[in-house]
Amino acid sequence: MEFCRKETQKDVRTHYCPGCGHGIAHRLVAEVLEELDVRGKTIGTAPVGCAVLLYNYFNCDIIECAHGRSPAVATAIKRIQPDKVVFTYQGDGDLAAIGMGETIHAANRGEDITVIFINNAIYGMTGGQMAPTTLLGQSSTTSEAGRGNNQEGPPIKVCELLSNLDGVTYLERVAVSTARDTIKAKKAIKRAFLNQIEGRGFSLVEVLSMCPTDWKLTPVQGLDFVNTEMKTVFPLGIFKEKDGR
Amino acid sequence: MSEAAIQAGCRFFAGYPITPQNEVPEYMSRRMPEVGGVFVQAESELAAISMIFGASATGTRCMTSSSSPGISLKQEGISYIAAGELPCVIANMQRGGPGLGNIRASQADYYQAVKGGGHGDYRLIVLAPATLPELYKLTQNAFDYADYYRIPVMILGDGILAQMAEPVELTPYKPILKIPKKDYILDGCQGREPRVIKTLMLNPTDALVTHNINMQKKHEKITADLQLVENYMTEDAEVVIAAYGMTARVAKGAIQIARDKGLKVGLIRPITVWPFPDKAMMEVAKTVRKFLVVEMSNGQFIDDVKLAIQCSKPVEFQGIGGGWYPSVEGILEKIEEIYK
Amino acid sequence: MADKTTQIVIAGFGGQGIVLTGNIIARACVMEDKHVAGMISYGVEMRGGTANATVVISDSEIASPFVSKPDVAIILNQPSLDKFESQIAKNGIVILNSSMITRDVEREDLDVVHVEAAEIARWLGNARVANVVALGAFIAKTGILKTRSIDKAIEQLFAKKKAALITINKKALVEGIKAVTKSN
Repeated sequence: MEFCRKETQKDVRTHYCPGCGHGIAHRLVAEVLEELDVRGKTIGTAPVGCAVLLYNYFNCDIIECAHGRSPAVATAIKRIQPDKVVFTYQGDGDLAAIGMGETIHAANRGEDITVIFINNAIYGMTGGQMAPTTLLGQSSTTSEAGRGNNQEGPPIKVCELLSNLDGVTYLERVAVSTARDTIKAKKAIKRAFLNQIEGRGFSLVEVLSMCPTDWKLTPVQGLDFVNTEMKTVFPLGIFKEKDGR
Repeated sequence: MSEAAIQAGCRFFAGYPITPQNEVPEYMSRRMPEVGGVFVQAESELAAISMIFGASATGTRCMTSSSSPGISLKQEGISYIAAGELPCVIANMQRGGPGLGNIRASQADYYQAVKGGGHGDYRLIVLAPATLPELYKLTQNAFDYADYYRIPVMILGDGILAQMAEPVELTPYKPILKIPKKDYILDGCQGREPRVIKTLMLNPTDALVTHNINMQKKHEKITADLQLVENYMTEDAEVVIAAYGMTARVAKGAIQIARDKGLKVGLIRPITVWPFPDKAMMEVAKTVRKFLVVEMSNGQFIDDVKLAIQCSKPVEFQGIGGGWYPSVEGILEKIEEIYK
Repeated sequence: MADKTTQIVIAGFGGQGIVLTGNIIARACVMEDKHVAGMISYGVEMRGGTANATVVISDSEIASPFVSKPDVAIILNQPSLDKFESQIAKNGIVILNSSMITRDVEREDLDVVHVEAAEIARWLGNARVANVVALGAFIAKTGILKTRSIDKAIEQLFAKKKAALITINKKALVEGIKAVTKSN
């Protein structure tokens, strides 16, 4: 794959750890915005979590939201400026724990926004605590004996959950742990943005991503964890596709 | 208040149902579409204020309203809006607290309103109308203050103001300030450098310190510019009642009777409770024998009165908590008791 | 009653048009350039059997909008009489919907006007206009507001959705006025 940095992505070193999936996901989003030629009319939201410094890497308008509130902020921006492209970029703690209310309701209202949901089954920035998507038996700093031994409940499957809402247009789960998966992930992200540009409603792409640092694994082991463990619990695929609202 | 906001160009409203202010979102849900604005019933107070954060980032005049328990929930977003130096208008029609409290009128959110309310070192401009015509006028002005200083403005009312009826002349909006061009709004970076509305400042290490210093400078400017106050029969008064909002109205009633009885009593009524009208308070303190503070809470507003007059005169107190309002008779009795 | 402040309470069951009566009075005040402030009672009281609206009318700016000792009470049902009788100002006026109130007023200082408001309303063909019959008695007794202003207020308030009700409400007003002038 030829590496040429795009206009939408800034030419800077990221603060992400070796083997982290955020860099890949950023790149995919930036390439899609570039290919669709919408950088100049895009407004992104930065989450709370490792991607909080999104605006250091994306060369477009960005607003930094409170933890979990991006879908509400994006709702307002898009409703006021329906001709713009509005996306949220959120982690699993942001989207599926503290921001679950905002997520479900923005989805159900069929807000015409694109949600990029990075699921790495852990709280990254705060240092490896249990996330709503942490796997059963997976160890974290707040579930050392493994999730499930202390009434934590099983991981939340966001695509499956949202697929029950009539207001949602498009849900797909992808991964960035193999080259093939990454190519598919880009297609899904592009489709999610195209849906918005064509006014078709709420689209969410869940990206299974690596966090080797907090998983206490090497980068290569991190890829294996996604491919063997995560994909088993979070199967890849399209969970919802509608022609429009 | 809702129509005043519409007249002032408010084109985005997000809210969540809570008594006693449901008439506001209900009105807005009908009216906004008529003027090409956006109304969203949010899933929570947190979402509602976050929508205001987003709406303000587009440069649109925007507003939310709630009552005490809901305003507590909104504090997260208010802190972010203050951090992002974005304008908006927030109405708090206070009800009894703490907790779910009751749905009667109260002024017990005073500390929360005038000290910022959420986390971090910030203030809101806080306007405290006493009548519906004043509520109408101040709501329109609030949008100007918010845009001019790039700061959230709170309208601090109470359950009575929210539920009462009084004739209001729906005068068209007239700007009272010249609003600077909004060079911060997010509408896509076509033809310009990308903009970021930041609420996290990690680097360089002193960025947040600088940001705070700048915000404090803004607060100082507002404090110098904007101290609104009403003096009522204070010139010759020996006892001056300090009260704001609905309480001040009731106090006026008591003062009128006291004057008929030959007691020289007056009223000083802050219209902005932040910034607090320190100068006007101090001016009155020079000539008066003592103050009487009346509030629908158990001693919050009194602190600011004492600070403003630097404890130079005795300050008596009549506070009523738990969502009950003062009566003309009760205040009159207190006046007679302390007048000696 | 000129050049002074009058406190009024209107009380009855929810659904007897309490708030509407307050609104009609408030509008009529605006037409006569009087100052007016109105409030409705809400909260636990509403669930206790009575609803009430209070109105303060004055020739000058109104300070307190609260009504603590009403000068005039328009009482449409029994529980409201029980609740308000002790609160009414000394020598105050009480307009009683006597079709729905069986007991006598106990206080001797009060100036009581009995109007068979519900009965008259039924006779007119719509039991729901009893409030306006009582309102008629109120203006006839107190002279605070002119019939024409009340008529206009009724026209404005019903114009939008219930124009058909304007005529019967105006009739109810007239009957209420008659009921007082007759008894005097």
